[in-house]
Order: sequence, then structure tokens, then C-alpha cells
Amino acid sequence: MISLAGRDIMHAWGKFVFTGVGLGLLIGITLSMAGIYRGMVDDAKALLDNSGADLWVVQKDTLGPYAEPSSIYDDTWRAIRGMPGVARAANITYLTMQVRQGESDVRTMVTGVTTGEPGTPGWPPYLVAGRQITRSHYEAVADVATGFALGDRLQIRRNHYTVVGLTRRMVSSGGDPMVFVPIKDAQEAQFLKDNDAIRQQRRRTTANPAFNYPGNPGLLNAVIASQSTNPYVNAVLVQIEAGHSAEDVAESIRRWKRLTVYTRSQMEEILVGKLIATSAKQIFMFLVILSVVSAAIVAFIIYTLTLGKIREIAVLKLIGTRNRTIAAMILQQAIALGMIGFVVGKIAATLLMAPIFPKYVLLEPLDSVIGFVAVVVICILSSIIAIRAALKVDPAEAIGG
Amino acid sequence: MADRQKKGIRIEALRKRYGKGDTAVDALKGVDMQVAPGEVVGLIGPSGSGKSTLLKCLGAVIEPTAGRMTLGEEVIYDDGWKMPDLRALRRDKIGFVFQAPYLIPFLDVTDNVALLSMLTGRSNGESRKRAMELLEALDVVHRAKALPAQLSGGEQQRVSIARALVNRPPVILADEPTAPLDSERALAVIRILNQMALQYETAIIVVTHDEKIIPTFKRIYHIRDGKTQEETGEGRAFE
Repeated sequence: MISLAGRDIMHAWGKFVFTGVGLGLLIGITLSMAGIYRGMVDDAKALLDNSGADLWVVQKDTLGPYAEPSSIYDDTWRAIRGMPGVARAANITYLTMQVRQGESDVRTMVTGVTTGEPGTPGWPPYLVAGRQITRSHYEAVADVATGFALGDRLQIRRNHYTVVGLTRRMVSSGGDPMVFVPIKDAQEAQFLKDNDAIRQQRRRTTANPAFNYPGNPGLLNAVIASQSTNPYVNAVLVQIEAGHSAEDVAESIRRWKRLTVYTRSQMEEILVGKLIATSAKQIFMFLVILSVVSAAIVAFIIYTLTLGKIREIAVLKLIGTRNRTIAAMILQQAIALGMIGFVVGKIAATLLMAPIFPKYVLLEPLDSVIGFVAVVVICILSSIIAIRAALKVDPAEAIGG
Repeated sequence: MADRQKKGIRIEALRKRYGKGDTAVDALKGVDMQVAPGEVVGLIGPSGSGKSTLLKCLGAVIEPTAGRMTLGEEVIYDDGWKMPDLRALRRDKIGFVFQAPYLIPFLDVTDNVALLSMLTGRSNGESRKRAMELLEALDVVHRAKALPAQLSGGEQQRVSIARALVNRPPVILADEPTAPLDSERALAVIRILNQMALQYETAIIVVTHDEKIIPTFKRIYHIRDGKTQEETGEGRAFE
């Protein structure tokens, strides 16, 4: 038996390909939306993986340091380091801000890391160029996505930093590339007031008789000094010694230090389930809307193509063609249209959309398989209207009168 | 002759009523007709006389209200359809030639003819062989690979005749087959129908308004107000 659908497609291939390309761009956007969601999840996981931590110790009853603000004293790490089962502990601060370079600025997540040796929690696990931070001040390691190069001078608040290393795929859960600086600089940047505010505060403190009374001249200086320093960090990252359970160590820290501690799986749940949940819902809604629009377009196209063949369908029915042969012709055309659309969409998403999209787009093979199945199902459902119209055609229409 | 008439098509007291009650219209009021294998008869009548209704009843497209229709030795209608599968009846036992050829635009000439044979379950090879034989008989074999849009009106009509014949049906119903053609081509089509009727032992009923072909029929059925009247025609096509 001849493939009626195949012959019709070959006869009007230009129309099919053109329509398929249009549909494909829509499918490409749909695949890219799924890729954006996957990219967000992957960014979140990359943030956790790259921190090198097994536990995150944060301010009690907060979801810090990523989903909520968290402040703990910067000497807490010492007490944690001494607890059984802890291999390493290091302070960390995160600060999302614009980093200036010359006349332009880049949105980044400035991360304050403890200077030490490679493998210290919070450090970028690998570099693509340059070296790690070795000095306690004014050196930076930047993600390549910032556009910075080795030797570039950055400005964070009032201070300038030299880029000494470049890393890759070090991003915040929002996709902002990271800039690593020494923790002391990050602490200062996080709470540093402008000069006018510092002067005003000093004037007020000096005018306060509780801090500035005769017979205790050192008190005023001590108060002013405490006001212009920042003894807080956002979290302590902990690495567990081999042979110890992360949950047991976390429980011990919770009990004795009255701090909140998250394990890797809990932190992943916070990031994926809470921090990017709203974005995920928005993307899901876009996916639903795009799927409905795709279905409507396929249905409309197939219906229009079928209406254009009503006379031929009437003749086919009159000369004895079975309904299932006619239905199969329409169905095969709908599926063929979907397949052309999917191939175009996949190519468009992979080569056109993902590389230029400002966020990380992760196109998973499984998503492509699901997308392909969804496209085929949508095409099958969309062809139902056209099939119903074709089956309703009266073979008598082929005979005049 | 008696045996040939047995194998043709016979219609007795065929009636068709549209609607019910006060609005009912009797389109056919007891039509009698008989066409033998190898015979081409004309069915003529004014607009609204019931020609198309009769053709649709004969073509098993609409159901008559009463009467009897016999195709060959098989009763296909006797106050109700006697065949369980009308689609198969149309495919295997009835050929159609339309006013416009209505060829499938995306199939070439060979496959337009062969398709109907393939629908009966014959292999593609056998169906195409049958199609080529008919195209040769109808003198359009040189256009076998052409698409319908590349053919002239006369060539398209010859292809549609080949399609109607491919399953060797006992009867062919031709609805105004010469309407879009000039006199020369119209007469050529009627000549071909006569040749094919004889060659394939097929009974052919030609519905027509076309004055130039009416003299070619040996027998003519006039249909007027839902009833037929048989007349002997001039039969010029055979002389």
C-alpha cells in the first residue's frame, strides 16, 4: 500500500518544512525553558558541590546562608573545628553585588573565603588559569563568566582587587558568577559604611556620655573600634572526617553550639525546593502555555491542510477507502509535522538559543526524549479534530447534484 | 444476451424520499432500469429530475426508500441493503467517473489508478501492472509518471476512467464525464467508454446534459419527476 501521507508531504514538502520550522522554533523555546529550569537546579547543585562542604553551620533558625540572611560570629569556626568528626571548618560570606571594572560593572556573588591551603571549604575547587588567593587582602579569583581576565583590577566598595586566578562554573543559585576574595575583605565589604556615615556615628558616640566620661578614656576608642569592624560571617562550612556520619556531627553541633546545621541533602532541598521554587513554577507555567499553543498550532495547521483536501477525501471514501486509511494519512502527517518541528526545535535550542541565553541552559537528553514523546502525543491529540472532520465528509460530495 | 443481462445492473421500482411528513419530497418515484454488460446507456433529464439521487442510490452512497437493485446475480438492495459492507461494494463492484476527474493530486498517474486496486489487498506490483495495462489501453501510458496537474483535461478524464476500471467492476457510473471537455474530446471519451465497456464486459451508465454526446447512446433513459422512460438512441458512436 502506498503511503498517502508520505506522498502528500513530498508533493507539498515546502509547505510542510516551512510550517515545521515555525513549529520547531516554538518547540525550541519550550525545550530551552526546560533547559533553563535544569540549569537553575544545576547551578544550585554546583554552588553546593563547589563549596566543598559536608555541613553548613548557620544562624539558629534560619535557612542561611543562601535562602535567608545568616550571621554568626567569625570565631565560631574554632569551636566547631574542635568537635569530634570535623576535619576542616572555615568561615564563609556571600554578598551579591555589582563589581566595577573601569566604566562597566558586572553582577556577581562576592564570596569571602578563608585563606589557607587548597581544599579549604569554600575555595574554588579548580582553576582554569592563574593561581588561588595567597594574600590576606586585595586578591581575587573570578569566574570566567564575569568576563574578567588575569591581572584585571576590580573595585568592590572602596577597595581595588587584582584578579590572580580564573575558575569556571562557579555561580550562585541565581546564576550570577562568583568572585572570590579574602574573608576579611568580604566582611568589610559586607558592612562597610560610607565615610559620612562613619563620621556621623563617631560624632554621636563621642557625644554619648555613657561611652565618653572622664576617668575611662579607653572606652570611647573601644566602642568606636567595635562599630567600625565586622565580627560576623554568614556561615561556617564543615568537612567531615572519614568514617564519621554527617548527620551525627550535625546533631552534635546543633546540641552543643545552639546553631542550625544543614547537611548536603537538606541544603539541596532548601535551594531547589524553596529558593528556586517560584522560578520553577513560572517556568512550568510557561511550559504548559507553550505546549497548549504548540498543540493549537498543530491542530490548526492539520485541520487547514485536511479541509484543503475535502474533495479528495470524499473521492477516496466514495471509491472505497477505509476510514482508518484516511485517519492514518492525517495522523501520519501530524506526526511528521511534529517530528520536523522537534528536529528543528532541538537544533534551534542547542545551537541558537542555549549559547546566547544569559543564564545557564542545561539541555538534558532525558528532557529531549520526554519532549519528543510530548510532541508526538500533542500531534496525535491535535490531529483528532482534523480526523473527525475528514471522517464526517460525505462520499456523496464527490458526486454532483 | 439473456446471460449478459443477468450480469449487468437491474433496478426495479426504486424510490427515494427525502424528509418526513409535510416536508417530504419524493425524488425517485419508482425507477426501473436495466443495463447489460458491455452496454453504455445515457441517463438524461433536467435539473432536479432526480439524476444525482439515482446515481447516489446506484453508487450505494445514499440508501433508497424502497425498491430492488441487482448487480450481476447479487441482490444488493431489496427494501434495505443486503450487503454488510457498502464501502467494499463501492470499491469492488462499482466504478466512478466524475464530472471533474478528481484525481489525487499528490499521486502520479500510475498510483492514482493503482490505489483502488491496492485498497482491495492486491500487491503494489500487481496493482501497478493492472494500472499500466489500462493506461496503455487508454493511450495515456506515456504520462504514467506525471502528476495530475501536468495532464490535459482529456488525459485526466482518461486516467479517471482507468481508475474506475482497475478493479474490473460490473458497473461504472459516469457523472457528466464530458462536461469540461470540448466536442472532439467529449466524443473521444464516449468512444473510450464504449470500447472499455465491451473490452471489460462492464455496464456503464452516463449521466449527462451534454447535447453533443446524447446521439452516441444506443439506449437512453429519460428521467423526469422521479420516473424513468426508456428510449432508443441513435448510437452514432458505434457506426
